Amino acid sequence: MRSLLRTFLLLLSFTLLPALPARAQLTIEIVGGAGTTIPISIVPFESEATWPLGITGIVGADLARSGLFRLVDYAGITPRPARPEEVRVADWRARGADAVVVGSMRALQDGRVEVRFALVDATKASVLASQVYTVMPAQFRATAHRIADVIYEKLTGAPGVFSTRIAYITKQGSRFSLQVADADGHDPQTIVSSNEPILSPRWAPDGSRIAYVSLEQKKPVVYVQSLSTGGRQAVANFRGSNSAPAWSPDGRTLAVTLTRDGGSQIYLMNADGGNVRRVTQSAAIDTEAYFMPDGQSLLFTSDRGGSPQIYRMSVGSGTVERVTFEGSYNVTPRPLPDGKGMVFVRREGGRFQVATMDFATRQVQVLTQGPLDESPSIAPNGKMVIYANEQGGRGVLAAVSTDGRVKQRLSSTATDVREPAWGPLARP
Amino acid sequence: MRKLFVAAIAAVFLAGCASQETQPEAPIDDKAAATASAGGATTSGVGGSGVGGTTASGGAVGTTGTGGSPLRDPANILSKRTVYFDYDSFVVKDEFRPLVEAHARYLVANRGTRMIIQGNTDERGSREYNIALGQKRADAVKRVMTLLGAQEAQIETVSFGKEKPKNAGHDESAWAENRRGDIVYAGE
Repeated sequence: MRSLLRTFLLLLSFTLLPALPARAQLTIEIVGGAGTTIPISIVPFESEATWPLGITGIVGADLARSGLFRLVDYAGITPRPARPEEVRVADWRARGADAVVVGSMRALQDGRVEVRFALVDATKASVLASQVYTVMPAQFRATAHRIADVIYEKLTGAPGVFSTRIAYITKQGSRFSLQVADADGHDPQTIVSSNEPILSPRWAPDGSRIAYVSLEQKKPVVYVQSLSTGGRQAVANFRGSNSAPAWSPDGRTLAVTLTRDGGSQIYLMNADGGNVRRVTQSAAIDTEAYFMPDGQSLLFTSDRGGSPQIYRMSVGSGTVERVTFEGSYNVTPRPLPDGKGMVFVRREGGRFQVATMDFATRQVQVLTQGPLDESPSIAPNGKMVIYANEQGGRGVLAAVSTDGRVKQRLSSTATDVREPAWGPLARP
Repeated sequence: MRKLFVAAIAAVFLAGCASQETQPEAPIDDKAAATASAGGATTSGVGGSGVGGTTASGGAVGTTGTGGSPLRDPANILSKRTVYFDYDSFVVKDEFRPLVEAHARYLVANRGTRMIIQGNTDERGSREYNIALGQKRADAVKRVMTLLGAQEAQIETVSFGKEKPKNAGHDESAWAENRRGDIVYAGE
């Protein structure tokens, strides 16, 4: 009887779901930091308190979450600097800040706001970067992410990814949803939902479309969906299974795995599903293709050698070379943006872990502990990897820096989150 | 009684869902919309405010209810539809031979009949690689049937990988239930 009641309450909670906020937002926290961090102080902008949603709080949260920065307190410094020439080296030397961010905000007649900011080298009071944005208050979050991107790039040398988006799949009750959110988890939007599983979301290089696999037709079918209109097309719906989509760097070609001619083999097709041609010819499993950044070759998983291993194939010549040799299970290759290495998943002692490999030295570095880590996706600056794992039987997301030092946990109120895909730098 | 009660609640739930899915029409260029089945997907864009979307749902393909069919007779081996596999294996075990052979004979005797074999894996490992492994299991069952005279065109093999476990548990007994091939006849 008690279990009956529980079943009833469970079902009741599902029936009530649509009345609750349908989106489960991700929150991201740092669980392990880099050895050295850059001490930086983000001073609230002049007049920032005029608006309920400020900017500097978001900039600071972005930088702190990256694990590469340490926020230095500005309390007690009066007057607060708002312009580079107001930054006094002595103030910041005492607090150990290497850099200071100052700025001001001013309402314009047309409702827009002028946002000025400067990144100042606190040891020399010299300006490292400055920018003026004229935006509507609704764009404050986006503006804050852009400021954080400028600061990150100036101080670390790599592009910031705070303005990017991530896609992932949630499972809430029996409902699967493909969602897109800002890189900090804010503003999640559902772009497709189904009572059947969805997997393998992959961003088009320009960020305008997402390819994914849906089982809604009782078999895997590859769709490409526009993010601006929501319109979509089944680009691979052949007899058998259609899965593992991957975009070419120019966004014109998709690699997919089809079984229409027998076992799982890799094919290329135009992004609209036309001009299908087979590129692997084996009696084994060939799947999980991913284009190298130059578009000239594909990394893929194959069991042609007896166990699943990662191979590389030239698109032009069809020449195949084996990439992984150690261990009996190496899958899901994802090339780094510089093309010099990859992130992949390996099984070691029954644990599935995310690792990197340098192509020149074949050196492998294990980034995560497992036991069920999967589906890694690399940030477009090559610095972080977002991946899925399991905690207490629930799917959760986590991120780790490609040097293994910074670790983040992404928590959600959704029952289950999996299949993360980090979007490109470009936003259409 | 309990089952009935749960089913009633589930029906209320599904009805609630259906009404929630009604959204304004958006341009959908879906080659497969005509055969969309009960999975019913709802799509949207992420543009500023008014997101477009549409609900693609429809009845299952074909007919239902074949009273007196041997496929439904619990006493007939044809009502058994699942072939289980060992870990990392694609071999149809001897204990499942009679089942697979019976379905093969049914296909030979009924040339107009078609089926889908759905391959599945346990939860361990890459999702996409598991799609390929499940496909291999479905193909193995098909091979036995075609060797016995069933025609290629009668059998489509597909894979759900680890996406649709029969048992949601995380131990060996759950995994054993999930490494399987399921036989589904057209129209079911």
